[in-house]
Amino acid sequence: MGGRLMPLSTVAFLVENQPGVLFKVSNLFRRRGFNIESIAVGAVEDTRYARMTISVDADTKTMNNMVDQLDKMVEVIKIKRLDPLRTIMRELLLVKLSTNDPMAREDALRYINNQHGLVLDIDEENIMAEVTGEPGELDQFLEYVKSIGIVEMSRTGITALEKGRLQL
Amino acid sequence: MTEMTGSRAFVKALEKQGVEHIFGVSGGALIPICDELLDSDMRFILGRHEQGSTHMADGYARVLNKVGVAIATSGPGATNVVTGLATAQIDSSPVVAITGQVNRAVIGTDAFQECDIIGVSASVTKYNIQVRTPEEIPYAVKRAFHIANTGRKGAVLVDIPKDCTTLSGDMVFPDKVEFRGYNPNPVPNSQELDWAAKILSDAQRPVIMAGGGVIASGASKELVEMAELLMAPTATSLMGKGAIPGDHPLALGLCGMHGTMQANMIVPKSDVLLVVGARFSDRTTGKIADFTANTRIVHIDIDQSEIDKNVETVTRVVGDAKLALQGLIDRVKQQRLISTDWHKRIDEFRCVFDYETEKNGKYLRAPAVVRALREEMPRDAIVTTEVGQNQMWAALHYDAYEPRTFFTSGGLGTMGWGFPASIGAKAAKPDVPVVDIAGDGSFGMTENSMATAVEEELPVIVVVLNNNVLGMVAQWQRLFYDERYSAVKLKGNPDFVKLAEAYGAEGVRVESLDHFRTAVRRAKEADVPTVIDVPIHPDENVMPMVPPGMGLNDTLWEAD
Repeated sequence: MGGRLMPLSTVAFLVENQPGVLFKVSNLFRRRGFNIESIAVGAVEDTRYARMTISVDADTKTMNNMVDQLDKMVEVIKIKRLDPLRTIMRELLLVKLSTNDPMAREDALRYINNQHGLVLDIDEENIMAEVTGEPGELDQFLEYVKSIGIVEMSRTGITALEKGRLQL
Repeated sequence: MTEMTGSRAFVKALEKQGVEHIFGVSGGALIPICDELLDSDMRFILGRHEQGSTHMADGYARVLNKVGVAIATSGPGATNVVTGLATAQIDSSPVVAITGQVNRAVIGTDAFQECDIIGVSASVTKYNIQVRTPEEIPYAVKRAFHIANTGRKGAVLVDIPKDCTTLSGDMVFPDKVEFRGYNPNPVPNSQELDWAAKILSDAQRPVIMAGGGVIASGASKELVEMAELLMAPTATSLMGKGAIPGDHPLALGLCGMHGTMQANMIVPKSDVLLVVGARFSDRTTGKIADFTANTRIVHIDIDQSEIDKNVETVTRVVGDAKLALQGLIDRVKQQRLISTDWHKRIDEFRCVFDYETEKNGKYLRAPAVVRALREEMPRDAIVTTEVGQNQMWAALHYDAYEPRTFFTSGGLGTMGWGFPASIGAKAAKPDVPVVDIAGDGSFGMTENSMATAVEEELPVIVVVLNNNVLGMVAQWQRLFYDERYSAVKLKGNPDFVKLAEAYGAEGVRVESLDHFRTAVRRAKEADVPTVIDVPIHPDENVMPMVPPGMGLNDTLWEAD
């Protein structure tokens, strides 16, 4: 994921919780040539709606147009571009590390603890850990554990809430 | 609440929307709906292909500024609608397409005539929805009409599984529908109006470019008032034709790839360009850097997502064009102290192109034919065009004097649109002469709509500018591909006179302008459609032209 010229932009928006809405959102991105870096979707307290958080690698002009295009969708209730300084962003990573070597196992546990991660599963060959953090922290963590050997991994994509009184 | 079948509820919901005409083709999944329509006063205009029917609904919608309804069966019926919807959507025409769908129980099983039309049409509609219960039908219809015909208008598709039409339910017909995510606001922000008015008031060389939004919002009167207030030369995009009368002294005509010389020369020389209800299509701007080099753009549009999409503006007013222009006129009247005679420069660029020459060898010349047609038509006559050379000749040489009299597939450029659209237009306004300015290639694409025109007694006129070639592509091959003509020659064209006669319409071939004028006069009085076949030279180019990739300043006058 390295080599990015600018920080990712993140938008959060509320959509109708109906079949086909995720398709329409992703279809819009495909059609207009916007590249999604990550997307996270989940229910909110009002079951009629769902909240989506999308991160993209885009310049300001593209980003503004993307927000306008999404806002125009009938199924999008409201949308906001998130200010990174006023937003808490988190991502969850599940990662399985190859730890046949006792030294590797020790290193793995240390990195996981440093990142306040949880060990979820462990056997003779592997450790599975759950790590959460800001996306950059996860990138950093993965950089550290790469030498140990990543068997497989899955990231949820960025989810975010604004601080204090701010809200969508 | 009333107990009734889904199909009854569907028909009732359409009637409540004030629908009088439905354009479509029947099919298996539509049988319950078509059965119910027999007992309704709505007129079902039976097409021969769903693409044609959808274009008819589109033409009807554009003429009346009212939702046009197209109906098609599941599977191939639904996919045939797609070109019609894409055409309507990009030109912001309010069209609602209703498609039949297989029974709910077999959706997703690749049943006979099943197609995922929601997935297929998502990119070419403003909104689409599949009904999931009979009771949803009245809501879906109400939502579809509301969305199609408000804000920036567009195409909406409603997909109805067949069993939802045969089953009964307790139906409620809502008076209004609410959306949390859709609430277009036509009223412009007063601060935006203040900023825009300030820039306009200080303009030394103001120019206006009017797009389809002026016509959509009925803002022609305000547009002309603004033009006269600023003494601003006023160009139009293709969709904006008719926004300012073509014979108004400030009217420049079409701007863009085949714009008039005066429009293409004056627009880039402005210091402030007021763009009203247009979206800066590549065909209108030419090379963007040249388009914006010397001018500050003030953009009025109802669609926020069009602002700064293709061209960066200095300031914008988001809202309905009519309201925005009214707000600007009030402000500019009070603020503007400058008077310029800049508009007098229009005449410097008005070229003395030889439009009047009647013949090119043994062939009639297209500009002369179109100009003669204009003279034979009343001011309120309706013209549709096909796409290609015929469209550009029509745009250049057929002056539109009133809004909603000139219709064309501007955005998608759909060959075969003009003829069925003219049939829809005639259904909308039976007392006004309706002409489709066509080419032989385009007419061939939807010519089977003639059966509908004859059957429904909608006597439209088709002028086929017949060069036996896909003319615009051939023009590019002639100018930019070393005259290597590939896949353009239409040697197997039918005899269009006999073709018309085969359908029970009139056909006539003309070889002089006098003969053409006589044919048009007869066609206007005829009870059946008329095809006027006008042979033209296969090498005739549409000029002026901005070569692809170049700016408006580079407009070519002659093709050498």
